[in-house]
Amino acid sequence: MENKIVELQQVDKAYRMGRHEFLALKKVNLVIEKGEFCGLVGPSGSGKTTLLNIVGTLDTPTAGRAMVLNHGLENLTHRQAARLRSRYIGFIFQTFNLLPVYTVYENVEFPLLLLGRPEPERHKMVMEALESVHLLDKLDNRPAQLSGGESQRVAIARSIVKKPQLVLADEPTANLDAENSHHILRIMRELNSRYNITFLFSTHDEKVISYLRRKISLVDGRIVSDEHLRPEENHATASDL
Amino acid sequence: MIRFLLKGIIRDRSRSFFPGIIVSTGVFITVVMYCWVQGIFNDMFSVTARFQTGHVKVVTRAYHEEEKRLPNDLALLQSDSLSAALQQQYPQIIWKERIRFAGLLDVPDENGETRVQGPVFGMALNLLTRDAFDRKILDLEMTLTAGHMPDNTGEILITEQFAGRLNIQPGDTVTFMGMTMYGSMVMQNLRISGTVKFGISTMDRSTIIVDIETAREMLDMQNAAGEIVGFFRDFIYRNETAADLAGEFNRNYSHSGDEFAPTMLTLVDQGGLREIMSYTRTMMAVMIVIFMFILSVILWNTGLIGGIRRYREIGIRLAMGEPKDKLYFTMIGEAALIGLFGSAIGTVLGLLVAWYLQRYGVDLTGVMKNVNVLLANKLRAQITPVSYFVGFIPGMFAIILGTALSGLGIYKRSTASLFKEFEE
Repeated sequence: MENKIVELQQVDKAYRMGRHEFLALKKVNLVIEKGEFCGLVGPSGSGKTTLLNIVGTLDTPTAGRAMVLNHGLENLTHRQAARLRSRYIGFIFQTFNLLPVYTVYENVEFPLLLLGRPEPERHKMVMEALESVHLLDKLDNRPAQLSGGESQRVAIARSIVKKPQLVLADEPTANLDAENSHHILRIMRELNSRYNITFLFSTHDEKVISYLRRKISLVDGRIVSDEHLRPEENHATASDL
Repeated sequence: MIRFLLKGIIRDRSRSFFPGIIVSTGVFITVVMYCWVQGIFNDMFSVTARFQTGHVKVVTRAYHEEEKRLPNDLALLQSDSLSAALQQQYPQIIWKERIRFAGLLDVPDENGETRVQGPVFGMALNLLTRDAFDRKILDLEMTLTAGHMPDNTGEILITEQFAGRLNIQPGDTVTFMGMTMYGSMVMQNLRISGTVKFGISTMDRSTIIVDIETAREMLDMQNAAGEIVGFFRDFIYRNETAADLAGEFNRNYSHSGDEFAPTMLTLVDQGGLREIMSYTRTMMAVMIVIFMFILSVILWNTGLIGGIRRYREIGIRLAMGEPKDKLYFTMIGEAALIGLFGSAIGTVLGLLVAWYLQRYGVDLTGVMKNVNVLLANKLRAQITPVSYFVGFIPGMFAIILGTALSGLGIYKRSTASLFKEFEE
């Protein structure tokens, strides 16, 4: 029971579109355990992002029961949800979304500032995070001075710097070439192994899927398959590169 | 966190530079206008006090009621003993007797016939003593443009402009025609010893300055004075002290039944100055409020543009778990910081211009030609202690209000759409 990071029971999510109601998620049941490296896979409009929103406490279900990190989302206030995200959940976005006026170091430091961590501890954690994505030589660079792959590695460092329990990644390779995609996926898998951080992807990229240990397929808001894979043999870890 | 935000403000120029410029400009204008109004006020008070009202003035109640027609028939009698009593009772004030009068000035030709005439306003005060207070307070030596100061009774000063109009010069003799204190006609020859220029249109138009003993003899006002004016020794007008003084004097001397009883008036009790002062202060407050409103609207708009530009950043911060209210107040904090710097810069620039205007003034002689209030032709600003912070009020208020309004969008932002927004 303690290993459950996410538990969804009969979750519906409806959106009102004018007079009509659109059901984005239908009776979704899902359990994600600590340390998993799994992905939500499916075509556009299948409900991947909606599910990611709910798991990331950015949205609440219309019906059903959702528990994230032992917190029931139904009773969570905006402030409580924000606190849960700032402490335990990391985000990686498709378009990197680094803060443009800050350096690499400062971008990675930001989540720790929100948590009010003291400066020596922040420094140690930022350096450790940047070291794990192999970016210690870019500390003082601004996002505009980085390549796409480097920017996404900064975003990864930012998402894991506070040692979260769960990292949500929305199409993290969508803006990267194949080489960079493999590189960041190896890094994420290594972080998953090293820190036992749970990763949940939303993707339809075959490269990402090839790294997953669990593939949850969605069609029209329903989970149509939930497969456990063994992809470790196929890919080297980042440290092997 | 504060250091982190400061870095953002410094590095992102559009976040700080443009709102800062708007605030600085607004504060600059506020400070300059405030100092300008203060300067005009101060100048008006100073000139009025020196030439007309003193800081306090003692006249008969009847004289006060008809002061506009310079009613010397209602003057103070036994003015020397009243002056002495005032000097003894209120030694913190310098008391001086004055007579103001009006009439006609006649300039004869070589045959003694009238060559030219003109209405004249006369001011009589102690002129003959070299270090006389009245000579200093009117700065007569400095305003002398030709001739010399009167040395004997029967000698007068005339304003340069008036002398030019009558085509007379120092050494010429003119005849004053008017009325004595008792209503009989007076014709008195007076010799012009010098010409003066006060730089105040009302005074420069047609004024003669006469020694008080000459005037007493001429107007049959022995041991009488139209008014006894008093000045604080440091020549700084303090309204509350003056009001206390006048209140005490009037309780003791101004008997309600006696219209010739002396009454003491403060500077602001005369010439409608209290109304002008109150009106100007109200206008100044209204102006600052309007200014704050305009600045707020501009900064609101700037904040909205900034909000659009920082839309993604705000979204990221919300996704990362920064609470909406913390984000909102952080933005207000940033605005307050920019407002503080902008206000400080605006104040410094405003004070520099105000200092220039205080030192050199703006010469409005042409504009003041037909003005009937006692105001110097060269208007100056005045820097007061309030000038150092008056700009911060609209500066800080406007940017905080503008940001508070534009930042309300944070509360309307739905976190549920963040992933979708970040896909683009």
